[in-house]
Amino acid sequence: MAAHLSYGRVNLNILREAARKELREFLDKCAGSKAIVWDEYLTGPFGLIAQYSLLKEHEVEKMFTLKAGRVPSADVKNIIFFVRPRLELMDIIAENVMSEDKLQPPREFHILFVPRRSLLCEQRLKEQGVLNSFTNIDEYILDLIPYDGDLLSMESESAFRECYLENDQTSLYHTAKGLMTLQALYGTIPQIFGKGECARHVANMMLRMKREFAGSQNQILPVFDTLLLLDRNVDLLTPLATQLTYEGLIDEIYGITNGYVKLPPEKFAQKKPGEGGKDLPTEPKKLQLNSAEELYAEIRDKNFNAVGAALSKKAKIISAAFEERHNAKTVGEIKQFVSQLPHMQAARNSLANHTSIAELIKDITTSEDFFENLTVEQEFMTGVDTDKVNTYIEDSIAQKDPLIKILRLVCMQSVCNNGLKQKVLDHYKREILQTYGYEHLLTLNNLEKVGLLKPQLTTRNNYPTIRKTLKLWMEDANEQNPNDISYVYSGYAPLSVRLTQLLARPGWRSIEEVLKMLPGPHFEERQQLPTGLHKKRQQGENRTTLVFFLGGVTYAEIAALRFLSQMEDGGTEYVIATTKLLNGTSWIKSLMDRPEAQIL
Amino acid sequence: KRVSVVLFCQTGVYYGSKLELRAKPEDDEYWNSSKFSAFTFDDEDDEFTKMKESKRAVNSILVDDDDDDDDVEKVSWSGEPIGSISWSVKETASSFRSSGEQSFPKIDTAPSLPKQGSGYSLSSLFKAFTDTSTRAYAPELRKPKSECKDYMSDWSPEETVRRMRKGRAYSLERFRSLQDKLLLLDEAVSLHDGNVITAVLIYLKRSLSKEILFRELMVREVALRHYVHYLKEMGEQKLLLMQYKEHLNIKDEGRRRDFLKSCLSLPFSQDDAMHVQDHYTLLERQIIIEANDKRGEAEIFRKYPRKASILNMPLITTLYYSCFYHYGEPEGTFSSPANIRKTFRISEKQYILTALGARAKLKSWFDVDSLFNTKNWLGYTKKRSPIGFHRVVDILQKNNAPAQVLQEYVNLIDDPELRLSLAQKYKCHDIVIDTYKDLKDRQQLIVYQGKVERGSHEDRKIEELINNMQIRWKN
Repeated sequence: MAAHLSYGRVNLNILREAARKELREFLDKCAGSKAIVWDEYLTGPFGLIAQYSLLKEHEVEKMFTLKAGRVPSADVKNIIFFVRPRLELMDIIAENVMSEDKLQPPREFHILFVPRRSLLCEQRLKEQGVLNSFTNIDEYILDLIPYDGDLLSMESESAFRECYLENDQTSLYHTAKGLMTLQALYGTIPQIFGKGECARHVANMMLRMKREFAGSQNQILPVFDTLLLLDRNVDLLTPLATQLTYEGLIDEIYGITNGYVKLPPEKFAQKKPGEGGKDLPTEPKKLQLNSAEELYAEIRDKNFNAVGAALSKKAKIISAAFEERHNAKTVGEIKQFVSQLPHMQAARNSLANHTSIAELIKDITTSEDFFENLTVEQEFMTGVDTDKVNTYIEDSIAQKDPLIKILRLVCMQSVCNNGLKQKVLDHYKREILQTYGYEHLLTLNNLEKVGLLKPQLTTRNNYPTIRKTLKLWMEDANEQNPNDISYVYSGYAPLSVRLTQLLARPGWRSIEEVLKMLPGPHFEERQQLPTGLHKKRQQGENRTTLVFFLGGVTYAEIAALRFLSQMEDGGTEYVIATTKLLNGTSWIKSLMDRPEAQIL
Repeated sequence: KRVSVVLFCQTGVYYGSKLELRAKPEDDEYWNSSKFSAFTFDDEDDEFTKMKESKRAVNSILVDDDDDDDDVEKVSWSGEPIGSISWSVKETASSFRSSGEQSFPKIDTAPSLPKQGSGYSLSSLFKAFTDTSTRAYAPELRKPKSECKDYMSDWSPEETVRRMRKGRAYSLERFRSLQDKLLLLDEAVSLHDGNVITAVLIYLKRSLSKEILFRELMVREVALRHYVHYLKEMGEQKLLLMQYKEHLNIKDEGRRRDFLKSCLSLPFSQDDAMHVQDHYTLLERQIIIEANDKRGEAEIFRKYPRKASILNMPLITTLYYSCFYHYGEPEGTFSSPANIRKTFRISEKQYILTALGARAKLKSWFDVDSLFNTKNWLGYTKKRSPIGFHRVVDILQKNNAPAQVLQEYVNLIDDPELRLSLAQKYKCHDIVIDTYKDLKDRQQLIVYQGKVERGSHEDRKIEELINNMQIRWKN
């Protein structure tokens, strides 16, 4: 299951194995049979680390979801709570412990905090008078989770909100910790670049933590040459735009969580002969999406308009392979054909799935509304009429389109205009509050606080300068055979990835002026390597850069970085790390107050 | 002065502390024989041994191949991989519930728990911090007595914060002067570990007067935010401008209204204040309307019974409701559209759109008609619309307006191209014909003739036109 993690430039399976080992050690600490009570939120991220089989080997016999009341009876010696350090969860745990049946043989209780234990939570347990009931209280540091062969995520939904809205920098501390673990496993990263306030903080903490280890030297040959830390608020524009890669669109439309997507089942109904009259399935179809699936790895980063051609090419290859059976004459040939069958059948299933997904997406991308929305986005990104009230936005509000869609567009207009004229901003705000409810004042305030929405304070709009200097808009983006990263948004080259590209060649010195227009400091740090660990680069050997997006990254940005890695004369390969994989919708949602009240 | 409505929000934060718990037998022989798990005094070695451990872990992984059991993934019928955690939670839980729930009748043994927030006593929380002999750790963490001597040592702010971060024993009591306390706070903030910052803030809150603490926090933004968040978690939001947000938690609309009223005096920024005022006025208004309409005595309510109450609905929804049930009421009544429009300064565009939607739904074509009538100074009526007649047509069509009504509005569309396409879509033949005539497009007229019924009124009209030599056709 995890083999795909080892195929990349850097073997990320090492990290996964380290995480699994720690989990096994904790489980063995609680000797005897056990049941795990899960904070439901954690099952997704844990699924990326371990399957049930691993837990079972360590005598985990039952698993439950954390709920108020009593822990279901189970004939086990240990009850282990796997929880995030949240006060409201502590209250539930206390209730669980106190309602334990006194007549049954006593069970031992343990808590595993993910990713950190917390004094506040332990105090709450003490308040409730149950702290002494726990045999073990431990923490499971799940900072960076290997997500794919070139991708690490902290799966921390609220990191952006915490850092930029609430000014709670704990997630940055976790980031720095995660990077220290990574360096322990893959060697010290000699060069650190960064842009943004948070990037600066993380780099400072890393350097400080390294000083604290003074005396110990990491003797591992460095795998990464460079670390680039990027604040999400350096590039607020990119996540607001609709992603146009295959994977990006799956995420925009259906949402990918922890590597899985749930799809409407209609298109996946199995049509087997003899089962004709069966009912259509009503449960959503759940699919895992990663590079372990050959076809998916091939098409996920393509612009959606190039996916159809790729799928039909694949279909021809597969049916040709199946035709081979007519040519198999000798026993040996037949045997060889049969041995390839499972692989071919897997490929055929995979093709069928992705053809269905592509059909679902096509229904949406060819709709009038999708087209109009995209047109407005592209107008904003190219700087057309960004200083006026936009009629499409107005009409969408009047039609009560989903609020998040409205907010995405209004924020995009604001970002592309370096703030909205007070009159325009007031108009949008009033229309939104009148149509969707005054309580959204809180959400609008949040958006203002993180800088997504703001009044124009100076008449100078520096977005056009940034756009031109960094070539953020490419008129002739080639969707089929791309020659530039702008293909991922059919014209718009994501600012964050442009910065990454320019850092590798020719270096940031060439864009000092633009860097100054973007928020936060930019910097460079070097970490000393012990002698003997300096890499001797072979001629033509690529450099490896770890790009860390603080506050989240989109699938389209990842696609753009993969495109750069694969460029023949690129010279740099990228591994991507982030606090969370996001898209405009999930991002805006994380900044809303009471988003659940928002399903109109 | 601009004051934001919310300084902070609900989402939980990981207050994580790093507690080094691993037993390291090689560290100290004494602890090896002790029944307590080893507690490292020697901090310097600690991270180092951890690094060594990680390295060892890596080495052992590289040769360790006993764990490849999940290379092949099985998928259950539901499509979820067999053995995935969420699958197993479901499986094991359901297998239990089928048998378990019957054998254990439910008895409510849970004692009533103190509620989070209001009932929370801070003093008990502080006890945990002062009472060092029973520190709030799990039993296995209780330190041996010999450790007490550590509390006597005179640690610097840096050292103290570092120990806190690592979950070692520490004491804040020695930071007595204001200056020392602030040094400690600044040191904690510079480390960005929310957990430590919060712990220091709790100590300062206890040992400083509120005025001094606030004065110092005002110039330390990061610490202030943490403090605000902490107070919020502890249910002390009364101290803050969190008030407005609180209304979301109030279910009873009367109390909600009163609460909003109390918010009006908060020092919001000018436009925020206006929105909060509107929010209050709207809810107040809705409560009055609801009380009257709930009985549903008027005929309209019997004919079109209400599907839901109007309470807490957005303003535009309220306006729609009012245009639906209370159209034509004099401006003096609270429930009349005119009054709502005026009170909340609703733009003409929004008003027309909403009223049009409501009246079209009721098929009151007369009302629709009068919405767009304007009289000029000579007294002639003219049709005028702030929203473009093509959108009016759209809305009318969605509400199944009769062809006659539709035709009238299609004809009002200014742009001939748009008019043509909508006229063709809704089969308003006369308009199509007239437009082609105006455009002097004889060719298109001939093409269109093929689409109308032979011998019909339209057919004859086209025939007449294309034979008319007076018109100067462009083709």
